[in-house]
Amino acid sequence: MSVIDTSQPPSQPAKKVAEFSSPLLLGEHSLCPGCGEPVALRLLLEVLQELDIVQRTIGVVGHGCYGSFVRIMDVDVLQCLHGRAPSCATGIKRVRPDRAVFTMQGDGDMVNEGLQEVLHTAARGEKITCVLLNNGVFGDTGGQLTATTVLGQRTKTSLEGRDAEAHGHPIPVADLVAGLPGTAYVARGTVATAGSVAQTKRMLRRAFEAQLSGAGFSLVEILTMCPTGWFVPAPDGPGYLADSMEQAYPLGELTT
Amino acid sequence: MTLELLEGSTAIARSAIAAGCRFFAGYPMSPFTGLLENMSQQMPAAGGVCLNAESEIEGVNMTLGAAAAGARAATGSCGQGIALMQEAIAEAALNETPFVVFNMARNQQDYFQSTRGGGWGDYRTITLAPKDVPEAVEHTQLLFHLADRYRAPVIFYGDPLLAQTRVGVSIEALDFGPLPPKDWVLDGTGGGTGRSRQIWTWAMGKATDPGPGPDGHWRAIADKFDAIDKVESRFEQAHVDDAETLVVAFGSAAKFVEYVVDELRADGHRIGWFRPVTLWPFPGEALAAATAGVRRVLVFELNAGQMLDDVRIHAADRSAVRFIGGVSIAESGLAYGELMDAPVIRDRILAAITGGARP
Ligand SMILES: Cc1ncc(C[n+]2csc(CCOP(=O)(O)OP(=O)(O)O)c2C)c(N)n1
Ligand code: SF4
Ligand SMILES: [Mg+2]
Repeated sequence: MSVIDTSQPPSQPAKKVAEFSSPLLLGEHSLCPGCGEPVALRLLLEVLQELDIVQRTIGVVGHGCYGSFVRIMDVDVLQCLHGRAPSCATGIKRVRPDRAVFTMQGDGDMVNEGLQEVLHTAARGEKITCVLLNNGVFGDTGGQLTATTVLGQRTKTSLEGRDAEAHGHPIPVADLVAGLPGTAYVARGTVATAGSVAQTKRMLRRAFEAQLSGAGFSLVEILTMCPTGWFVPAPDGPGYLADSMEQAYPLGELTT
Repeated sequence: MTLELLEGSTAIARSAIAAGCRFFAGYPMSPFTGLLENMSQQMPAAGGVCLNAESEIEGVNMTLGAAAAGARAATGSCGQGIALMQEAIAEAALNETPFVVFNMARNQQDYFQSTRGGGWGDYRTITLAPKDVPEAVEHTQLLFHLADRYRAPVIFYGDPLLAQTRVGVSIEALDFGPLPPKDWVLDGTGGGTGRSRQIWTWAMGKATDPGPGPDGHWRAIADKFDAIDKVESRFEQAHVDDAETLVVAFGSAAKFVEYVVDELRADGHRIGWFRPVTLWPFPGEALAAATAGVRRVLVFELNAGQMLDDVRIHAADRSAVRFIGGVSIAESGLAYGELMDAPVIRDRILAAITGGARP
């Protein structure tokens, strides 16, 4: 695994390997080449369409690179404060119980700033679906350490790698949430490979189904590539994810 | 009109529900707790929701969400709890989500918090400070109206006397006139139409329908609050025409001042009172007019001198302004101290009239 030499132009430019478009996309995303977040967005939009709930869905989006999706997703959206999406979604769902309500948050948003919100919301069994885009860094602010940065990972604020003594341990939020009564469905997927993309989409679908059936709270954590914040070439993103995050955060369904 | 003997917190909760409030979220803190208990007991029968928020931050953000989805919604707390809500109050002012924040304050030390705010950006919060429970019942409903009218979070400034005094009141829905349609609400039906809705402090709009963006949007918000400032200030005054001395006070303290001024007038003093009913917008022009002919302007408030700033800004002659209030807290920390007492206020007014500045 190489670390990017930023003094030189990229030696391995990203190649577009496939083109997907959803009718719910109003424009192009503006995220980095190789970013995992637009893939997750596409899966989410496809699931809304396949479940035929597009015209009864309200999204709540936090603060991170995915925040710019508010401009391009053709869904009613509240852009909320950093970390507070589960609380806002609670208010929305309680006054509009027949709507599908989801949050889109990053690890910085959900696990740093808003850990209390997501845990309480899960424990209350709110019938909403939280989508966590976990890339282990604050991507939007330039690649600093978050509460999910894995041990050993180098970030701008842990240059020598995350050290448990100095920086504490990463928090596996999906596992915490899965352990709470009130939680109907929790799963962890990724978008690093074609196979995992298909699996993650199934997870999202089940999460929304759990919400729509009234079973309770659901959460899907999606490990996403952030080559820019990891300081690796874009094509190395999926491999870096498999070697680092996937080791610390095993994939699969966490509720039975 | 039948009167019912109700505690302030009960009356305010009933009035909020009569105004159509159907969502409430709060976290206990005395003397706000009574309102939360009443809301949780009364909301279900009204078909509404009252949530035991796990923190004030969660409570205000739940309320923001409920309001964004179209409900008349409210939250509340006091002092520190309202401090925790400041980020969301500012956010709601800037993304134009209307709701009511009940500050059932422990004293009058939250004047700056209400009128200056601790959030970010160029925003203001309409703040009504009723002097007693019947007025609190009316203000509760007026606040929901003003919130919807201006699409902004608004503040009710209460205190322990309003929360806990039992008074005969009548609670019925009040009509403050027509409101603009809530055509901005997120109801979830916009998806896939190309015209999906968005509530966003930055107002960037959708790729196919760009919004003004932060520069244009925040200028418009500032203009909106300028316009509110010009038309929504409210005040009450008495004996201004012949007054040599004018006492300025707000909320419950103003009720005490009113009583003392009546006593002093009966003793032959040429004295009047002025009460800002809205703390923001501050009735500055009215105060300037009321103070034009007086020799001294006395400010009585239960804090170290907060509204004093606004009085100094607007008084016809700021050198005539004297502060006769002060910090005064009960042993419990939860209510007013001995300064909130007619004989004490009377002594302070008389001391100021006979020459002293700060007693
Ligand atoms: C209260 C507050 N603190 C800090 C920020 C700055 N901020 C904006 S985005 C962001 C990083 C978010 O990281 P994450 O949620 O992991 O999203 P990513 O960009 O990695 O997708 C931060 C810290 C903010 N907007 N609000
Ligand atoms: S910084 Fe990371 S998360 Fe943000 S757009 Fe770039 S790759 Fe994606
Ligand atoms: Mg992140």
